[in-house]
Amino acid sequence: MSLTLAEVEHIAALARLELTPEEKERFRAQLSAILDYADRLQAVETSDIPPTSSVLPPHSALRPDEPRPGLSLGEALTNAPLTEDDQFRVPPVLE
Amino acid sequence: MTKYEAVIGLETHIQLNTTSKIFCVCKADSWNDPPNTNICPVCTGLPGVLPVLNQRVVEKALLLAVAMHAEIQPESYFDRKNYFYPDLPKGYQITQYDRPIALGGWLDVPVPASPAGGAYIRRVGIAKLHMEEDAGKTRNAGHLRQIDFNRCGVPLIEMVTNPDLRTAAEAAQYLTRLRQLLRWIGVSEADMEKGHLRCDANVSIRPAGSQVLNPKTEIKNVNAIDAVREAIEKEFERQVREVEAGHRIEAWTLDWDEEAQVLRKMRSKETEADYRYFREPDLLPVCLTQAQIDAAAQEMPERPLDRRARFMETYQLPEYDAEILTAERQLSDFFEAAATAYGDEPKKVSNWMMNEVLRMLNEQGLTAGELRLQPAHLAEIIQLVDDGAVNAATGKALLAKVQQSGRSPAQVVADEGLARVSDDSAIRAVVEAVLSESPKEVESYRAGKVTLIGWFVGQVMRRMGGKADPALARSILEELLR
Amino acid sequence: MLCDLPAHELTRLLKARQVSALEILEDSLKRIDQVDGRPGTLTPGEITAEDQCKVHAFITLTAERARAQAQAVDDKIAAGEDPGALAGAPVTIKDIFTVAGVPSTAASRILANFIAPYSATPVVRMEQAGALVLGKVNLDEFTYGSSTESSAFQPSTRNPWNTERVPGGSSGGSAAAVAAGEGALSLGTDTAGSIRQPAAFCGVVGMKPTYGRVSRYGLIAFGSSLDCPGPLARNVRDAAQMLQVIAGRDRRDSTSANRPVEDYLAGLEGGVKGLRIGLSPDYFRITFPDPANGEYIQQPLPQEIEAAVLRAAQVYASLGAEIVEDVPMPNTRYGIPAYFVISRVEAASNLHRYDGVKYGYRTPKPQTDLRQLYRASRAEGFGRQPKLRILMGMYVSAAQYSAQYYQRALRVRTLIRSDFEQAFDSANPRRIDLLLTPTTPTTAFPMGAVYGDSVLMQYADQLTVPANHAGTPGLSIPAGLAADGLPLGIQLLGADFSEALLLRAARAYEAATASQPSEGYKKK
Repeated sequence: MSLTLAEVEHIAALARLELTPEEKERFRAQLSAILDYADRLQAVETSDIPPTSSVLPPHSALRPDEPRPGLSLGEALTNAPLTEDDQFRVPPVLE
Repeated sequence: MTKYEAVIGLETHIQLNTTSKIFCVCKADSWNDPPNTNICPVCTGLPGVLPVLNQRVVEKALLLAVAMHAEIQPESYFDRKNYFYPDLPKGYQITQYDRPIALGGWLDVPVPASPAGGAYIRRVGIAKLHMEEDAGKTRNAGHLRQIDFNRCGVPLIEMVTNPDLRTAAEAAQYLTRLRQLLRWIGVSEADMEKGHLRCDANVSIRPAGSQVLNPKTEIKNVNAIDAVREAIEKEFERQVREVEAGHRIEAWTLDWDEEAQVLRKMRSKETEADYRYFREPDLLPVCLTQAQIDAAAQEMPERPLDRRARFMETYQLPEYDAEILTAERQLSDFFEAAATAYGDEPKKVSNWMMNEVLRMLNEQGLTAGELRLQPAHLAEIIQLVDDGAVNAATGKALLAKVQQSGRSPAQVVADEGLARVSDDSAIRAVVEAVLSESPKEVESYRAGKVTLIGWFVGQVMRRMGGKADPALARSILEELLR
Repeated sequence: MLCDLPAHELTRLLKARQVSALEILEDSLKRIDQVDGRPGTLTPGEITAEDQCKVHAFITLTAERARAQAQAVDDKIAAGEDPGALAGAPVTIKDIFTVAGVPSTAASRILANFIAPYSATPVVRMEQAGALVLGKVNLDEFTYGSSTESSAFQPSTRNPWNTERVPGGSSGGSAAAVAAGEGALSLGTDTAGSIRQPAAFCGVVGMKPTYGRVSRYGLIAFGSSLDCPGPLARNVRDAAQMLQVIAGRDRRDSTSANRPVEDYLAGLEGGVKGLRIGLSPDYFRITFPDPANGEYIQQPLPQEIEAAVLRAAQVYASLGAEIVEDVPMPNTRYGIPAYFVISRVEAASNLHRYDGVKYGYRTPKPQTDLRQLYRASRAEGFGRQPKLRILMGMYVSAAQYSAQYYQRALRVRTLIRSDFEQAFDSANPRRIDLLLTPTTPTTAFPMGAVYGDSVLMQYADQLTVPANHAGTPGLSIPAGLAADGLPLGIQLLGADFSEALLLRAARAYEAATASQPSEGYKKK
């Protein structure tokens, strides 16, 4: 199947990825090829087959409700590109 | 003119009162803490770290499911809800999507009488109940936005009702009863001001009696019960106006502006979403055995409305009393224990509770569970008054003294010599002293102003520290004044 | 040189006080200095002729940290304390694991400056066992590839056997570092073959354990339901010893297996007598679309690859194993397309967190709109492979396509696992204990040959990815050299938690072939 540029632009917008015109075209072609390959799955009869999202046997893994200290403020903020008043900072959402 | 009814469904987010967060060991309650002080690699989405589910969250979810009469699912799953927002550090929220911990259920909501009609019960169906993590908080600061991640990962239960509510008042009543229930079973502090209980409302209208479901709007960010009532009322009226004017209702998302008391349409971009849900591969399913489910059912206390009905039935309390005494679980436990200890006349215990105990709780900012005054103490005090061992005023004072000291009423009476004096000679001596010191009043009385008898009794009582038997004092006074 | 000795031999010498940990470390650092060339960087400039004949395994060398660890090991020995099961073993860490206080880049610009305040659980366990962590080694960006060439840190790793060839990937730096004697052991990850394929290309042992056997805590996620940390080593005993140290329950990873870890060393020399070892025709061919017309072509593997496997079968037969032919693994062919879908959905979601807000790359251009900040930071921070995977994952998990792709792929995954379940089912009269297959359809390919074409690069994983879908363990061991002078790898696949058995069988082959190559097994 072949994706349109508009479809690529739509998913790129959802993925918060800015693409150059050259990238859009290249990804359009590559995605189309990969989807073609993935389309082989359509040939498999799966109607009676349950999905496997995890290979682990179903059982609960829980921890006790006991708090422990986490990161210090310094550790929490050290990798952040921009902070102020011990908070992370970003620009607002514009229309 | 067409008469319209509202069709309302509520989506509530309930913050569980666990000690730690849902998927990490950070302290859950940050109400009094500075920004970004209760965070760790897990709840701030640092690379490589993994969520681990808090056992207490499952237990509380289970208890709430039982309280709502919901069908508990032996196997439930966590999913990722993917979207970008700066207060969502992983870029996805861990929630339960198509296999939640409980489905179905209901809450019966008594709706009081109003000018529109008599009292009735509205049964509100529950569609589903699931566990999820909370997001952080952002706020505007100048031309930039600040992010505090303390709230990230605080455990929430999302509970969605069916569109069973018909008026804004019913919606408000539902929230009131839900809040009562949440506190009753101890799963949440349910303080709406602190965001422990949040509510979105879906509202549509239709001609009264019709069964159709019309396009609905969603009202977000309402954080007080009165505001929910107000916002739904306004939206109902707006939809009626629109339909009357021949317009279609569009599926808007509306934001409640608490200060301006108006609804504002949210920008469509903020609501557009394809969350691309899929199973959270970092967590195992939640598997509940029948034994665990049964244990939760066992743990479930009598529900508040059931207890209210029983108080009216068993103790012959008026609805008004029963309602107040079952507002809060520990208060109702207190009443019941006191009434049992006292024996007969539960209404008398109710009166003491409603007048004296509740006043004490209000004045001291306590809950019934925090009192040093025990239910048996209250019964004992009422009994002391009944027996004439102390007078009513002393009885009330005793409540405060017991609460303050933690000693039993009998002990306080003994220690402080509060027992009522019914010894004729002791009272007679005081009466004689009062009369000799008040010649003018004695003269007036004898001249016919017999209403002064109350004043004389008061003088005697004051001198005896309130311990005198007032009836005996009066008869001695009358005798000597003759 | 010391650095050419097996890790277990180094630990033995150390405990016998014939050598010190500091001596071992200095020897390794000398080897790195000799063969590695400059480490990968974001600003490599021109790749010179000298660059082209170096290994370039490293992104970050942590010599000082390793010296402190070596000193601690020597101190323990001097004090008569047990220095640990990996004492003095020089190890490298694929730069997809966090190491506290050291950059954890995932070979991506978007994490180039990220320093985690925590170490991955397997790293912690290796350090506690006395290993000397030499540094972080290169990989495909976020592990997305099979050649290590997609790293944002260039020059990327080259194959020590022939530096014109790729080392494989994504654990290319790990395999190359082990093969070149820079470090005796390396911690890698395997999502579709990312340990086993580079191990085969570089002539070393690489093991993907059962999903959940080794904690993923501190592993920067790609396909969370498929990712497995595991060892790369120059011999089976070292791999077994390393797995022994890193395996086991971790309370910080709910998906880590809650069952006791077997003793992988105790039975290591137990041989294969009486074992039923299977061969499957489905592992002797690959399927791929013809680039010209999109038709699917089934192609037998190169003769010398098949021959290496048959040779190994003969070795096993001569050691007393029973060879079971024609084991049906019919869903092997769907491994790659199902993987394309499942891993991309998980990867796209796992990459959401890199947004320039909390850590990592933020566009230096001033931004007034949050969305634009996201778009620009992610566009500039991610390389081509992550972008392609994000777009693919977003597409196939969108509400309108999920049933067609994602949900279907999960069902196909069930079928792939059922192939393994049936093959290893004790109730099956034709049940086998192990499946013997080639690791890769080719030997190491030339640098630049397939970079950029995602479908082609994935053929390299066609024989390894089924075990990731199934969650079952597998390992690759060297099986001689091909005509081009490059190593060949054979793969052993087993049932859930059969690591001890796999290691024992691998050790039997290793021991039997240490002296001379044997005659080929003749198919009946």
